[in-house]
Amino acid sequence: MQSPNLPLVELKNITTQFGSQVVHQNLNLKINRGERLALVGGSGSGKSVLLSEIALLKTPQAGSVTLFGQATDQLSTNHLIQLRKKMGIMFQQGAMFTSLNLLENIMLPLREHQRLPESFIKELAMLKIKLVGLAASAATKLPQELSGGMLKRAAVARALALDPNLLLLDEPTAGLDPASASDFDDMLLELHATLDLTLILVTHDLDSLWRVSNQVAFLGDKQVLSKAPMEKLTVNSHPVIKHYFANTRAAGARTRGIGVNQG
Amino acid sequence: MQEQRQQPSLSLIDGNYLLYGDWTTAYLKQWLDLQPSIAAYSKELKIVTLAMDTNGAMAFLHIFGKQASNWPEGLTPTQQQLLRLVLKEGEESIPEPKSPNWLADLGFRFSQFWGHANQLLNFIGQLFTAFYTLLCNPRQFKPKLLFDVIQRDGLHAVPIIALLAFLLGAVIAWQGGLQLKTYGANVFIVELVALTHLRELGPLITAILVAGRSGSAYAAQLATMNINQEILALRSLGQNPFDWLILPKLLGLIITLPLLTLLADLTGLLGGSLVAHLQLEISPTLFWQRLSQEVSVSHFFIGMIKAPVFAIVIVSVGCMQGMLASGGADAVGERTTRSVVQAIFLVIIIDAVFSVIFSNTGW
Repeated sequence: MQSPNLPLVELKNITTQFGSQVVHQNLNLKINRGERLALVGGSGSGKSVLLSEIALLKTPQAGSVTLFGQATDQLSTNHLIQLRKKMGIMFQQGAMFTSLNLLENIMLPLREHQRLPESFIKELAMLKIKLVGLAASAATKLPQELSGGMLKRAAVARALALDPNLLLLDEPTAGLDPASASDFDDMLLELHATLDLTLILVTHDLDSLWRVSNQVAFLGDKQVLSKAPMEKLTVNSHPVIKHYFANTRAAGARTRGIGVNQG
Repeated sequence: MQEQRQQPSLSLIDGNYLLYGDWTTAYLKQWLDLQPSIAAYSKELKIVTLAMDTNGAMAFLHIFGKQASNWPEGLTPTQQQLLRLVLKEGEESIPEPKSPNWLADLGFRFSQFWGHANQLLNFIGQLFTAFYTLLCNPRQFKPKLLFDVIQRDGLHAVPIIALLAFLLGAVIAWQGGLQLKTYGANVFIVELVALTHLRELGPLITAILVAGRSGSAYAAQLATMNINQEILALRSLGQNPFDWLILPKLLGLIITLPLLTLLADLTGLLGGSLVAHLQLEISPTLFWQRLSQEVSVSHFFIGMIKAPVFAIVIVSVGCMQGMLASGGADAVGERTTRSVVQAIFLVIIIDAVFSVIFSNTGW
């Protein structure tokens, strides 16, 4: 097993550029095993880009990404595939394959993973559907027949198919009604508690920040300005961070969040 | 640092059967393969494991059953907890997709066919009303979109159509020339090339190329817009999607397809005259002279009259398939395929009908 004091994800001197527009410059971030890290920051601060760099779906112009203690820049395709299997990613729009039903969507990575009996793969996929709190009847539905909230859960179920250690979520609660969003947060916490999971989520949902995350990395000025729990981040005096949290919605979420944490 | 992995294995140490290994996704296959040998010793087994995930827990339950009393010793409390969780969530039976009986299937297919026929009529009706409204209210016309279509589907198609028509003309002259030469009727190559090309092949090859090139693009564009709810968005803004998406294409292709056909006619004759010059020693001057003397201009007009009809077919089939798309990425591909197949099919059928009509009326 990996020694617990080594960070699970380590980003060193990351520089990302789109044409002449610099998104990250010498960005550094460490994420430890078991953390529930939220990436926040204003629009265009490169949160989603950073997430896809961690997921090895995009290579930064400079800097190194170390995952599970392995430097990723010199790895062979085979090793990269092995690493990707340890990560699950939930895309913002779900990105479920529209030609397959929900069960088949989750069975796809399992089927390609090893030659297992079909009935066993089905059972595994069904387990994932139940784990994310979907009804068994949803299994045979096509993605376009699911509601927004169900689709997000389905996307998490597919991300969990190979039991990853690292789960990346891009705006998991965006577009959900408050009740569904709150249920979704509960589900994430439950999964984190029962499975050996490290969560990294990009989110704008302040309620989620208070409920789900135990660490928040604030992106601004092409850097990680601060990585701290919410209680500390909200009293940070950096002007960009102050501006982000200095509004009525943030205050409301804070009182709710503290109420929930105490209850 | 590389993570240490524990391969599944069964070994006998000091009279105890020990079951080593991680119950994780990486070893699902190995665990299931071990099942027969595990089953033989299941009573006296001890488990030695460091890691377990949900997929591994499922494999465990598969091998040792759902009764916790039958589970071997050696599991940590967390692992037992995980097993119970998986047991609780995994209880439900897996729903099988319902496959209807043949009668229901037949009924479904028929109603689907009926629905398609209805949609087709609906589309044609909407096309006509949109056209009529546009005639009554010409200010709604979008010239920019029309010019876009003329540029993209007309101008940009010039090189490929010119080249292919040229080659087609040359091939016909070549094959026909071989036959004519044996009879010493070299000079009739002019009529052969001109008649086949002007009447039939010029318009046909142009329409087929445009159906493959532009008709498919129309279907894919509209299908994607439909799935992204962009067409609904247009409707919600008080716009008629036909004005924006279909009428400019229709008018654009009605204008450009005849022009492209004219181009195909010219380059086809050019190809024919080149081969006639090389193979049959008929000079270009003689070729063009005989063309103007012997070949009636009506053949050219018969070819040209088909072009706008083909344009209407290509645009309506492509756009209708696009508008009918629903679902996901699959639907876009399916609709695009259908649009090309149906457009080419209809173009050839209509061409045949034209041929019959024209030859029966003595043209």
